[in-house]
Amino acid sequence: MSERVLSAVGVGVDLDGVTVLDGVNIEVRSGEVLCLVGPNGAGKSTLLGVLSGERRSTRGTVTLGDRELRRIPPGELARLRSVLTQENTVSFPFRVVEIVAMGRAPWARTVEGRDDVRAVSDAMDAADIRHLARRRYTALSGGERARVSLARVLAQAAPIVFLDEPTASLDLRHQEDVMRIARRLAGEGRAVVVVLHDLSLASAYADRLALIVEGRLEAIGAPVDVLSAQRIERVYGLPVELHLVGGRPVVVPTRSP
Amino acid sequence: MKHTRAFALTAGLAVLLVGGVILSSMTGQLAVGPTEVVGSVLRSVGIPNSWAPGDPIVESTLWIVRFPRIAMALMVGAALAVAGAVMQAIFGNPLAEPGVVGVSAGSALGAAIAIVLGVTALGSGSIAIFAFVGGLGATLLVYFVSRANGRTEVVTLLLTGIAVNAFAGAGLASMLFIADSGSREQIVFWQLGSLNGSRWTEVAIVASVAAVGTAAAIVLGRRFDLLALGERNARHLGVNVEYLRVGSIVLVALLTGVAVAFVGIIAFVGLVVPHVIRMAIGPAHRALIIGSAVGGGVLLVFSDLLARTVVTGADLPIGLLTSLVGGPFFFFLLFRQRRRSGGWA
Repeated sequence: MSERVLSAVGVGVDLDGVTVLDGVNIEVRSGEVLCLVGPNGAGKSTLLGVLSGERRSTRGTVTLGDRELRRIPPGELARLRSVLTQENTVSFPFRVVEIVAMGRAPWARTVEGRDDVRAVSDAMDAADIRHLARRRYTALSGGERARVSLARVLAQAAPIVFLDEPTASLDLRHQEDVMRIARRLAGEGRAVVVVLHDLSLASAYADRLALIVEGRLEAIGAPVDVLSAQRIERVYGLPVELHLVGGRPVVVPTRSP
Repeated sequence: MKHTRAFALTAGLAVLLVGGVILSSMTGQLAVGPTEVVGSVLRSVGIPNSWAPGDPIVESTLWIVRFPRIAMALMVGAALAVAGAVMQAIFGNPLAEPGVVGVSAGSALGAAIAIVLGVTALGSGSIAIFAFVGGLGATLLVYFVSRANGRTEVVTLLLTGIAVNAFAGAGLASMLFIADSGSREQIVFWQLGSLNGSRWTEVAIVASVAAVGTAAAIVLGRRFDLLALGERNARHLGVNVEYLRVGSIVLVALLTGVAVAFVGIIAFVGLVVPHVIRMAIGPAHRALIIGSAVGGGVLLVFSDLLARTVVTGADLPIGLLTSLVGGPFFFFLLFRQRRRSGGWA
């Protein structure tokens, strides 16, 4: 059931004359969680931007289905993919339930628009924010805001879901919750692309890991194939130990006592 | 709860609106009874009644002097308040206002140029047309100068607005300098704003622009909501942000330009009204824009009533009154926002 929905060929991005991404070939498949990992500044978020159609690549092409991504008008694109950005500030004090309902905007005046109420309600349950429904977004904590934004993205109900560091401001339990949601979305046949810093978390939940280093795709494949102690040490410049938990690598830095 | 509040606000504004209109119609050098006002209006729409005034002087005072002035107050108030709400939506900042960004100053400069040069080529509406062109020019200048890489940074935009205001202020000062004393008085009137001498033909122009502009703003309301999530998120939800911005800028220039063209600069309406409405019913833009249109009308009807009654026998500039109240309100908002977030980016 895993089938290619999005593919990037020879993608490169130059910013102010500096090459931040180069020669990346990657495909995104439905029913699969793909995690993008790599050191700070490696180009993970840039790649996510290119794949989601937010950023134009300097070189290469991205195709969604059988069409070039850049030719799809914004309204239609919003029904094909949703994006959770890192920054989620809201300029006016909207209520949480209003924010989540905004995720349904792309479906206005479509047949699917009938499901608005249920989609919003389900998304709020999944992100564990039902108790916040009447609160003002501007009065929430960072972690609560992150979950509300996630709920908004879930309500959008797009077949491709991009999450840019969705666990950054969350506690342990909510981090696991988010990744479980990602798995569940993949189980429903959606394609999920997640940028993560935590290698162990990525390893535990990803079908495939893509390791990005200095703007290039260093390795891609099952976590157990991509993550090796030598490779991580070389890429991150830090000695690590790998432990297998449930068949998946857990990365622990080697710490001298 | 939300609906009850919106309902209470609508009812409250409606009462204030009708009350303000009747009160303002009654007050002046020639006192008119409330029943006479209601009767006269009823008779004009084809309902004969015993309340209608028999005295032709009362009738002409109402229909030639007071009603057009009140209608102008309603329309200008609505146009300015909606312009403010739209501007705050596209800049994502509750402090954005046509006056702040330089639209009003641009319009006033256009009007001053027309007055000093004695432009009459475009008929009696020459000054109005110049005012509108000046406002549009200022808005477009602010917009395009503050654009970089296809985006508009909020801070840059507001700073550019300050520069435009300074430039238009200098232009206005030089117009005052070279003007003869008659033109000088006219320009000063323009800077302070007044509803005195409004005519039905002018009211009709302002009313049509205000109606079309408000309707357009209501249609765009949902998109303004999404814009509150930030430009990137709005794009991800399918909004064509650049088109929305350009369309909104033209909308703001139209609404502000037409208001300034006929009554001069009336500042802070676009700041105070949307803010109060937002506090009452929340930030969702469709309701906010409708509420602002009505609220702006109410505010100006009462401000104008005050302007022509507070000093016996004198007609105070209405812009002076709104700035007197609006200035401290702006300070209050600045202070509150600074305390909350240590300034803003």
